[in-house]
Amino acid sequence: MSISRKQKGKRRQELLGTIYSVAIYTILYIPVFVMMMFSFNNQRYNYYWNGFTTQWYAKLFNNSAVIGSLWYSVVIAVLATVISVTIGTIGALGLKKYEFRGKKFINNMLYIPIIVPEIVMAVALLIIFIKIGLSLGMGTILIGHCTFCIPYAVVTIKGRISGDGYSLEEASMDLGANRIKTFLNVTLPSIMPGVMSAAFLSFTLSIDDVVMSNMLAGAKNSTLPVLILSMNKTGVTPDVNALTTIMILFIVIAMILNNFIRNALKKRAKMEENI
Amino acid sequence: MSDSIVSLIDVEKSFGKNKVVKKMNVEIKEGEFLTLLGPSGCGKTTTLRMIAGFEEATSGAIKVQGESVEDKEPFERDVNTVFQNYALFPHMSVFDNIAYGLKIRKRPKDEITKRVNEMLDLVQLKGYENRKPDALSGGQKQRVAIARALINNPKVLLLDEPLGALDLKLRKQMQVELKRLQKKLGITFVYVTHDQEEALTMSDRIAVMNEGVIEQLATPREIYDRPFTKFVAGFIGESNIFDGKVKALHDGILDVETSSGTMKVKGSGFDVGESIHVSIRPEYVKVNSDPVEGFDLKGNVKDYIYMGTVVKTSVDLKDNIEIKYSRFEKDEDFKEGDSVNIYWNPERAVAIKAKK
Amino acid sequence: MQKNTFKRKTLPSLAMAGPVSLWMILFVTLPMLYIIYISFMSRGVFGDVVYKFSLESYETLLDSTYFKVILKSIKAAFVTTVLCILIGYPFAYYIAKKPKEVASKLIMLIMIPFWTNSLMRLNSWLLLFQTSGPVNNFLLSTGFIDTPMSFVYTDGLVMVGMITNMLPFAVLPMYSSIEKLSRSLLEASADLGASGRTTFFNITLPLTFPGIFSSIILVFIPSLGIYTVTDMLGGGKVLYIGNIIKNQFGSIRNWPLGAALSVLLIVITGLLIYIYTRFAKIEDMEVL
Repeated sequence: MSISRKQKGKRRQELLGTIYSVAIYTILYIPVFVMMMFSFNNQRYNYYWNGFTTQWYAKLFNNSAVIGSLWYSVVIAVLATVISVTIGTIGALGLKKYEFRGKKFINNMLYIPIIVPEIVMAVALLIIFIKIGLSLGMGTILIGHCTFCIPYAVVTIKGRISGDGYSLEEASMDLGANRIKTFLNVTLPSIMPGVMSAAFLSFTLSIDDVVMSNMLAGAKNSTLPVLILSMNKTGVTPDVNALTTIMILFIVIAMILNNFIRNALKKRAKMEENI
Repeated sequence: MSDSIVSLIDVEKSFGKNKVVKKMNVEIKEGEFLTLLGPSGCGKTTTLRMIAGFEEATSGAIKVQGESVEDKEPFERDVNTVFQNYALFPHMSVFDNIAYGLKIRKRPKDEITKRVNEMLDLVQLKGYENRKPDALSGGQKQRVAIARALINNPKVLLLDEPLGALDLKLRKQMQVELKRLQKKLGITFVYVTHDQEEALTMSDRIAVMNEGVIEQLATPREIYDRPFTKFVAGFIGESNIFDGKVKALHDGILDVETSSGTMKVKGSGFDVGESIHVSIRPEYVKVNSDPVEGFDLKGNVKDYIYMGTVVKTSVDLKDNIEIKYSRFEKDEDFKEGDSVNIYWNPERAVAIKAKK
Repeated sequence: MQKNTFKRKTLPSLAMAGPVSLWMILFVTLPMLYIIYISFMSRGVFGDVVYKFSLESYETLLDSTYFKVILKSIKAAFVTTVLCILIGYPFAYYIAKKPKEVASKLIMLIMIPFWTNSLMRLNSWLLLFQTSGPVNNFLLSTGFIDTPMSFVYTDGLVMVGMITNMLPFAVLPMYSSIEKLSRSLLEASADLGASGRTTFFNITLPLTFPGIFSSIILVFIPSLGIYTVTDMLGGGKVLYIGNIIKNQFGSIRNWPLGAALSVLLIVITGLLIYIYTRFAKIEDMEVL
């Protein structure tokens, strides 16, 4: 059958859409590729392109300031993730399951760190910390990060708790498991996907954070993003490009592997189903 | 052929490698109530969607009033659809939903008001015009969907399982209303359903579909009494179906040998030794304590299910085959465990050619 | 009996909802109240806070220098939002119309760049557009210009940074609202005689409006408070509200003024959220 007028119109629309989307993706990926490219630049402050080198990848590990700040960031991100996901998980369950006075208030409070500009939260925490005489440092950064990670964790996990969760819990208790055993054996596994994505989200939010970290850092150590911000005046050095290139490659490879394993498992499940 | 309003000629539809509709030929007559009946995945909804223009046929032609419609967008076709889940626009009032087709065509305001009011009258929804779909019951939503589809005066109304989401009582009531509406308006209805009872009550003709093919296209009575294929016999109403071979034939009556025993059935065009299916409705099955000539079906009475005026029973036959039969409660009969002989009037049983 | 309810109800609810509630009250409610309180104090000679009620800070906001920055910030956030929505909607629409499997991969493809440090991505625009950077070199070599153009530290480059940073937050909510739109509604519209265009304006656009509004909130509010983009790409020459707030708590030391600016942002946020909740429930906002 010949191609109808209808199909022609559809194909043209489809083509336009594809061209448009490729253009958008290009714009989104340009910064990443430029960042990678300039990690191979043979010029100390990346002011201009001065030929190809891989020296920064070697020198990176001698630059104690950069590696130190990365380490500092990672430690904070891990701690923030653990604290936020723990409080967030039991909090999400508690807020979903129990009725108590002020629950609506707490639910509203949870939206504030998500919605209000971060700088406002940061300065508000800063003046409170100074008022009560808390010295600025890792502890204050950690509190700052948790303050925006917990709400995200609660929202993410709450979305995963279905009405079904209750009947599962009731079945478990009916079969003789106490509250804690029920939580560990039934409730937690059923919301695990939500917990995992909350953890992933908390980690990425924390490790990429500039505003809280910059405001609450004090004078001593700074996280990697804060270090980059401070380098901005003189020019960010190529070894930082090298580091972030390694980081993004690491994340992408981890993602591909994760996807690959999941697909393999799915395929196996499907094959078993067919047998 | 001049009285057919929609013609499907050798229509085929594939999704990827999956052929959903195969070489379909149907002539839908002006003013008739035609039902496409079949289990889910049989291609009935796809057929409807091709007529509406939401899907394009992979090959073949679809004609509305003798005019080919392949090149026409859904909005250029003179057919309208009542969707499975009503598809009412949630952000518009009942009035605006019904008026949509006329507003799109930029009809004058007073004409729109007049026509919408006529439609509201027709589906008995006067007074609901300012409600949003969310504030309507299932049956009311259904009526709005019908009114909305009818306002453009379509040549053909396509209905895709329109009563599927309603509860049993409401469904029965709407069946009657829909049939009445169709008679009153004289519009051709093409109706898709998987509910055979619904199809039998409402349709002028039924096309029974299975795996992309029309197995039989006939009136409800013919479909029920004279199924062409084993599938139709099994799908429409309750049936006992036996697989066997023709042993002998005389005076239009076949003697059939099955693994449960021998039986008689009326049939013509069969040869001795040919494979055959025999279908018998439970209400035609009879039971006797002594053997009946030409039948050798012995077994024990198994269940005894009381259903008001009717009692449903089954008998275990040879080869682990069970035959269902029903009778009026007041009729004298056998008890559970009794050993009985099964027979029937050969005229009541249907001989079906086995597929090669 | 009473002890039993305590053990069965009060104790578990306290154990589970307690920590999160405590955290929110300590680190959200209290700081928020305190910053509002501070905004009504005044600044001492040495940058200390004088604890006496005063509207001084709010009066300073109306001062032309600050007022200009506020207007400029609002304008920049507004332009960013409008452009993100206009650019993002067709993009979201294209993705939402793809089969589910493909769409989730395309969404993933949007997220990947965002796992690169945001400052490094901003820095890339700087590297690309700096005086002796690739863009200028290209323009010079093709003869379009004779002397390098100065893109760096301009409002234009800041806008590029803002839009590329915010675009995914505009695309995701719009994508999920378009994706949720039932196909049968669009078919019903076509069935009743509406062309693609008419269907878009009568059905698609009004029904995806909650998604668009989510996008507006998720782009406009952060844009209003942002200072990293201006710091990285504006080189201290381009200042938004965020930069001013940061400076009040840093080098300039005028806490009440910074607090008043923060309160301004809180009020604008609250206002937008109030309008939003009149159209949709806040719980439905696609934050992720």
